[in-house]
Amino acid sequence: MLLEVRDLHVEFRTRDGVAKAVNGVNYSVDEGETLAVLGESGSGKSVTAQAVMGILDTPPGKITGGEILFRGKDLLKFKEDERRKVRGAEMAMIFQDALSSLNPVLSVGDQLGEMFIVHRGMSRKDARTKAVELMDRVRIPGAAQRVRDYPHQFSGGMRQRIMIAMALALEPALIIADEPTTALDVTVQAQVMDLLAELQRELHMGLILITHDLGVVADVADKIAVMYAGRIVESAPVHDIYKAPAHPYTRGLLDSIPRLDQKGQELYAIKGLPPNLMHIPPGCAFNPRCPMAQDVCRTDEPELYEVDQHRGSACHFWRECLNG
Amino acid sequence: MPEQPFEPERAIAGTGMGGPMDLATSEAETLEKTPGGPEGTGPSGKPHSLWSDAWRDLRRNPVFIISALVILFLVVISLWPSLIASGNPLKCDLAKAQEGSQPGHPFGYDGQGCDVYTRTVYGTRTSVTVGVLATLGVAIFGSVLGGLAGFFGGVWDSILSRLTDIFFAIPVVLGGLVLLSVVTSNTVWPVIGFMVLLGWPQISRIARGSVITAKQNDYVQAARALGASNSRLLLRHITPNAVAPVIVVATIALGTYISLEATLSYLGVGLKPPTVSWGIDISAASQYIRNAPHMLLWPAGALAITVLAFIMLGDAVRDALDPKLR
Amino acid sequence: MAESILEVTGLVKHYPLTQGILFKKQVGAVKAVDGVDFTLNKGETLGIVGESGCGKSTVAKMLVNLERPTEGSIKFKGEDISRMSGRALKAARRNIQMVFQDPYTSLNPRMTVGDIIGEPYEIHPEVAPKGDRRKRVQDLLDVVGLNPEYINRYPHQFSGGQRQRIGIARGLALRPEVIVADEPVSALDVSVQAQVINLLDRLQDEFDLSYIFIAHDLSIVRHISDRVGVMYLGRIVEIGKDEEIYDHPTHPYTQALLSAVPVPDPDARDHRERIILAGDVPSPTNIPSGCRFRTRCWKAQERCSLEVPLLAVPAEFRLASGPAAHDSACHFAEEKTVVPQEETPEATPDDLDQGAE
Repeated sequence: MLLEVRDLHVEFRTRDGVAKAVNGVNYSVDEGETLAVLGESGSGKSVTAQAVMGILDTPPGKITGGEILFRGKDLLKFKEDERRKVRGAEMAMIFQDALSSLNPVLSVGDQLGEMFIVHRGMSRKDARTKAVELMDRVRIPGAAQRVRDYPHQFSGGMRQRIMIAMALALEPALIIADEPTTALDVTVQAQVMDLLAELQRELHMGLILITHDLGVVADVADKIAVMYAGRIVESAPVHDIYKAPAHPYTRGLLDSIPRLDQKGQELYAIKGLPPNLMHIPPGCAFNPRCPMAQDVCRTDEPELYEVDQHRGSACHFWRECLNG
Repeated sequence: MPEQPFEPERAIAGTGMGGPMDLATSEAETLEKTPGGPEGTGPSGKPHSLWSDAWRDLRRNPVFIISALVILFLVVISLWPSLIASGNPLKCDLAKAQEGSQPGHPFGYDGQGCDVYTRTVYGTRTSVTVGVLATLGVAIFGSVLGGLAGFFGGVWDSILSRLTDIFFAIPVVLGGLVLLSVVTSNTVWPVIGFMVLLGWPQISRIARGSVITAKQNDYVQAARALGASNSRLLLRHITPNAVAPVIVVATIALGTYISLEATLSYLGVGLKPPTVSWGIDISAASQYIRNAPHMLLWPAGALAITVLAFIMLGDAVRDALDPKLR
Repeated sequence: MAESILEVTGLVKHYPLTQGILFKKQVGAVKAVDGVDFTLNKGETLGIVGESGCGKSTVAKMLVNLERPTEGSIKFKGEDISRMSGRALKAARRNIQMVFQDPYTSLNPRMTVGDIIGEPYEIHPEVAPKGDRRKRVQDLLDVVGLNPEYINRYPHQFSGGQRQRIGIARGLALRPEVIVADEPVSALDVSVQAQVINLLDRLQDEFDLSYIFIAHDLSIVRHISDRVGVMYLGRIVEIGKDEEIYDHPTHPYTQALLSAVPVPDPDARDHRERIILAGDVPSPTNIPSGCRFRTRCWKAQERCSLEVPLLAVPAEFRLASGPAAHDSACHFAEEKTVVPQEETPEATPDDLDQGAE
């Protein structure tokens, strides 16, 4: 297994209290596989990814438990310089906003070349050649001329491709993409997701796609983990989840999105709001908003029940949910 | 049009991604109390504006408390110097010139035989008055000019910007030496006038930037779409949201104006006797540093403490009003 | 029955590009909106979709008089409101109001919610006598689903979805007949979007409103709109009823746009045709001649660079009068079903054939 996250716990200590951002998350990705981590703001999906990459802001954040096994070795036990070697060479991350993730005062060629100079000890000239190669690979037209341009001279979609190029430079085994296309127009989104899928196939990489967009997930993912209040509430192969969700939150999300191919009546709306991570409701975190909540939901936190060999659902009443 | 620059709603605080704190706490309570309640049960708890939040933070900041107390003390003795100094600062006895500390005269005597302690205490009034009035003048004049330029833009903005550049280019102390040396009046007004004349560009630039930022917010557009007049936009929407940086800079500037007055007086072009000023005293005492350091020490020390207090206050106010921490 | 309430003709907005330090000279223009025509009927929702830079937000601003058109007219019930000023303009503003995109900047953080919603009454005192105002504000809070007791709270004490409701309440205060919603749910979480969309739907019936709904999310637009217009680089390229546009698009840009929208159905993944457009959107300062979409269009021919296509029912469909017979600005308009079809009872054998691309 390429990456395995086991029982991860992350807290944020602020002057007003402790926010429990990640509360016992387990997921795994293999080579060539795409895992989509689905959730809304505050679900903990981005924090988990940052913890895996090792870029969590450590005060105020703090990993308080769990293991992150990369090719069987626990990254949390690595020293910082060992971790840094893994980061970039074996594991890379793509962020939502390419404009603020790219250094505005360095040319694109310099930034891409830096990866090779630092990690592979290449000369500046060789690194520049590699940079042009990369830009070609992510299909930026006129790469040889544009390698000297600065980030702001590219459009949003192009910048995102440059970020992908940076992430792929050292041909990592795992890529984590955190909302890579949320800020992009839909046609550009399609181009970027296509590119990502193609490169993943070519390099046989593992891909963790973090998003809130159920449409993008359906297009790209092999399996899905749905997160809510720092926990995984459902995990399943992609086809199973859309046909028959086994958790009321997943069902609620699926019912509440308007669909291109349907003109419906009133949309189902999950009532209420996501919980405050400093005061997560006891029992099942979703219970105040759940249409199926019973007394046991308010007292007992559900474990991830096994729905079948590949599916799990953290709901006491997953059977009822599955049957509609 | 930007490509969807706005982030999805972040309803949770403390995840390092920001978000309304109050909503978070009170909403959780509401959700727990009424799990079946209608959407929009909203925040519980008392209403509090951003100003009251800032005040609450300020109250807890030790830097603020200390500087505020010092300033309060200074203001009180500027108004009623006789509370702690019984003598007359202008009543001097040449026979006692340069004598050191004695019972009843803790700071000793200066070159003219005047009581240093009394002069230092009375000097507070001058410094605080000049500082406060200069700052008020600069703040009002600068904000109005800069704010209007930022709001209306266009040709007036260009003209003001060029004007600001010109005034910024004038070196303050040199300008003071030149302009104030021709002034014969004995009052504080020429000095204050001069400081306003050269000080307004700094505030005007800040006000202009602040107004331009505030103007870009959707709530200003919303008010315009409702039919709000320019004066309503400026008074109700722009000013309350643009005023914070001006307050911060003005508070810090107060300290620098006090020290500027002392500098000008030291150079002989600021205030003149019989006005009691620390600058004058420092100037007169500078030749006697070796023999009678007490003459310099006390007014200089008082000056330093006063300026420090105002700068600290400005720092604390800036931290409290910093939108990034909101 | 379909009574037209808003008529937009030849709407143009060019922003001049200037050079110069004190006195500026025009060297070019950003043609944000370059000739837009449409009608809004009473009680209907017209959706306007398009990607960044297509000009839809600029159109919205002109509709509520936040920007003056360079050319063209906007007629509300026959009267041109785009040229009004002074008292007439102020009175006209009561008829068309706007709901803004960003819930975090569309409310003045230093005003209470009651003041924010009550401000329209201060600006237009003739609408509500002073004693009545507080009650009206509380009623509005109630209507949008918020507790009227929170009238003294400040915006930062509410969540994004709730702030958006406050913005909607403010928009309703003057009882306008038309509401222009500029991306009202884009900045909200998925589960909250549904709440706000349902609210807008309900209010439309309750208050007899007509909506112009501007968005880039095609799924949301389909859900709420009766008619939809697709904008590209400052012009409308296709406009028609929602089934016409979504199920029978004839303009290549619309087809590409629809094919790019991800559908939450993993099975569709293998059955959908993907149209990936070449290149980037041209700059609005340098618009291609003839058909402005030709630089990215797979069907482009010489005629496309010479002749500007009119927004009208294409010749091929004029006689047939099927769902493809709606306005489309393309010389080579061709019907193509891109959105995966669900079995609908009304589907004719012809439609199903078209779907087998």
